[in-house]
Amino acid sequence: MNYPVSPPPASNFASEVDLVFYGLVILTVVFTALVGVFVLAFAIRYRQGTKVDRSRPVHEHLPLEITWSVIPLILGLVMFFLGAKAFVHMRRPPANATEIFVIGKQWMWHIEHSNGVRENNMLHVPIGVPVKLTMISQDVLHAMYIPAFRVQYHVVPGRYTMLWFTATKTGEYHMFCNMYCGVQHSEMVGTVVAMEPQDYAAWLANGGNEVKPMTMEQRGAKSFAVRGCANCHTGSDTERAPTLYGISGKTRHMQDGSNVVADESYIRESIVNPYNRLSAGYTQTMPVYANQMSEDEILDLIAYIKGLGGPKPAVAGGPQTGQVAGKMAPPVVNADGAIGARENPPHKSLAVGALNRPNLEGNKE
Amino acid sequence: MSAPAIGAGELLPPQEEKKNYLNVEHTVRSWLLTGDHKRIAILYLFSVSLFFMIGGIFASLIRLELISPSGVLLESETYNKIFSAHGIVMIFLFLVPSIPAVFGNFFLPIMIGARDLAFPRMNLMSWYVYWLGGLLISSGLILGGVDTGWTFYTPYSSLYSNTQVSLVIIGIFFAGFSSIMTGLNFIVTIHKMRAPGMTWFRLPLFVWSMYATSVVMLLGTPVIAITLLLVFAERTLHLGVFSPELGGDPVLFQHMFWFYSHPAVYIMILPSFGVISELMANFCRKRVFGYHFVAFSSLAIAGLGFLVWGHHMFVSSQSMYQGVVFSLVSFLVAVPSAVKVFNWTATMYKGTIRLQTPMIYALGFIGLFTVGGLTGLFLACLGTDVHLTATYFVVAHFHYVMVGGSMMGFLGALHYWWPKMTGRMFNDTFGKFNAMLVFIGFNLTFFPQFILGFMGMPRRYHYYYIAPEFMPYHIMSSAGASALAVGLIAPAFYLISSLRHGHKAGANPWGAHGLEWETSSPPIPTNFEETPIVTDEVYDFSAMDEYEHRHGSDEMAPAGGHN
Repeated sequence: MNYPVSPPPASNFASEVDLVFYGLVILTVVFTALVGVFVLAFAIRYRQGTKVDRSRPVHEHLPLEITWSVIPLILGLVMFFLGAKAFVHMRRPPANATEIFVIGKQWMWHIEHSNGVRENNMLHVPIGVPVKLTMISQDVLHAMYIPAFRVQYHVVPGRYTMLWFTATKTGEYHMFCNMYCGVQHSEMVGTVVAMEPQDYAAWLANGGNEVKPMTMEQRGAKSFAVRGCANCHTGSDTERAPTLYGISGKTRHMQDGSNVVADESYIRESIVNPYNRLSAGYTQTMPVYANQMSEDEILDLIAYIKGLGGPKPAVAGGPQTGQVAGKMAPPVVNADGAIGARENPPHKSLAVGALNRPNLEGNKE
Repeated sequence: MSAPAIGAGELLPPQEEKKNYLNVEHTVRSWLLTGDHKRIAILYLFSVSLFFMIGGIFASLIRLELISPSGVLLESETYNKIFSAHGIVMIFLFLVPSIPAVFGNFFLPIMIGARDLAFPRMNLMSWYVYWLGGLLISSGLILGGVDTGWTFYTPYSSLYSNTQVSLVIIGIFFAGFSSIMTGLNFIVTIHKMRAPGMTWFRLPLFVWSMYATSVVMLLGTPVIAITLLLVFAERTLHLGVFSPELGGDPVLFQHMFWFYSHPAVYIMILPSFGVISELMANFCRKRVFGYHFVAFSSLAIAGLGFLVWGHHMFVSSQSMYQGVVFSLVSFLVAVPSAVKVFNWTATMYKGTIRLQTPMIYALGFIGLFTVGGLTGLFLACLGTDVHLTATYFVVAHFHYVMVGGSMMGFLGALHYWWPKMTGRMFNDTFGKFNAMLVFIGFNLTFFPQFILGFMGMPRRYHYYYIAPEFMPYHIMSSAGASALAVGLIAPAFYLISSLRHGHKAGANPWGAHGLEWETSSPPIPTNFEETPIVTDEVYDFSAMDEYEHRHGSDEMAPAGGHN
């Protein structure tokens, strides 16, 4: 069983919020069970035809009414107080918090760090240090929501809003737009990267580029995300595209009836000129990347795709679900990609949207 | 029978050849120009059922689409229009009018011993205005749809969305007037047209809840009408009210919208409370425990319901202090709801419980509403709401209240009053089985969504490929939805087949107490031969049993009493 039932706790608020949450869960379970037990017991005991004492039925009972008004009232006030305390804590950022600026726009998150480093749909933060996000929207309402940190606040046009947190655990976490903002609302998502403070400092100093050298596979994963491959090539075969999990070394059936072993050459051909040999059952959906990609990027991609090998991990929550989330990254752009994107529209269109959707974002510039 | 000075049996002519409200006239004209509250109720029943079916088709498409993290059949644009249409149709064209306009219309006058509502023509007009709204909304959906969600948050709805927002909000504007007319009609009728002897504290609890609902309709609906009109003005005339680029304030819209839309939740759930009180009393054959507390808790909910709208806006950038106050009041409104649940449960103590179809719905309601109400505390509570707001936790919570509450109440009422409305009994075995199917299917559909919400799945998301860990719960939910769908479609078949094959229902097939059971099934056009005079207390089953004992009846003698 590897079906998570809670988001990872990764900020200073997580334990505070979860305490109230589980307190309320207990309250809910106890009261529901209480009502359920009484309803069932009465329904059985007093069902028509049973010979039980029904004499002197009670119709009004003031002490009982007061008891079951006052007990929920007191329990409610306790929960109110705990919840309000957590909320006041969330709304009062410490004076020494590191400031990061967030601009929401249809349909991307644009982040600026104080030293000028900018990134899109990625938010790098140090752990152990309070971070304050000052946020504004360029168009409609958005909401910055980081479940692992238990924080959320609306991003409003025409006024600055704020949220703060202290990340407590390194890792990558989801970042969602949680206020419906139009056609591609569900693609206004990204990743929060919580880093050790010295790594964050190095990352900032290096202009937002990854400091540690990456393996070919990691570079390939990044390229896979930036190019938007994951929009169609998901964890399982869809009508748009086959999954790439476990494809390396497999025998593939082609549209013309022939069979091909998916080796490096075939994968390369499928990227640069996918319609030379199209897999059976698929239409001409994929863009042609001939002369669009450098040979080293293609090599990185092949390394990544080969790394997906092995039995197909069930996206339905198999043992590797978490990893799938990381590897089959959404169209997220890392720092340098984003900066490039600012000045380089063709790259940006690949980065922010699915390949077969119009790039509406460009119209707003 | 003891309610009127003359016994119920004497009210009916010995051979039941009287014309009833259904067969008194047969022309289409006689239906479309009727002033009879019972016929208007039937017109409403067809109308809300039609829109419920349409809303249900949208719901099925949503559940189908979310099986896969990257969608299975829709584009994002279409998906957004479908969830918006689902919300708009279900809320404005089904849930708000459902119980008041169908069962309130039909039974409120009969339950208080009146011949009709105070303003029969206004009642008919409310149905036409409802359809005017319904047609405008439908044409908006057909001509391209809206993609704003049912909440129409600005500035997206006013300046950014390129869909049929104007048409649809004008439709909602009209649908709102239909509920204002219904509410006004009910309030005047309850105040002025009670039969002799029908004092306020002899009113069945359904009438109390209709009264509370009507007050909310009358006070709340104008605000949504004005708000949507302002959105319309901003869209068409660029009158700056809500959009910062025109000098407006987008958060103002949320205040105005929720000032109606939170009380609107009570418009949808209070009528169900009334239905459940009727069912608990009549199927336990016992006066509802704490009648006065249950009656006044409806009014308390209606009143406090106007003071909690800000709990939808804890993270909207309203002031922190506002958030604290709204949270506190929201916790207070939980108390009268809890009181109701405890009183219903206590009603069963020492009752003579008949586990027939309507009762199964009532028991299901108590279970689902308890969960729905308690999970509301998670959202009234500031700290947890920050994490849960606008996630699937909210979706699950309000479906537990709206479907588990209002929908179960509607189905309970439909089964309970079906023999009175049509004169035919349906198959009780089918009914009971179906009620359990709805209960189970409902839980399978919506319980996994609580977990999804806690994990952070945002509502209104078409794709969730970034977080495939959500997928198993979506699959569970969609599987449950297919069971629920069967449970919601089946009554259409066995109820309609009962019209042809069902046993004839007598005046009082459930052995229930109340004036509506003292006239024929279906009732005569004027409801009663002559105005009844009420002499007994509400839900006074002991008096009723004594009467039956004296006059003989095929009902069984009062149970229990001696050990």
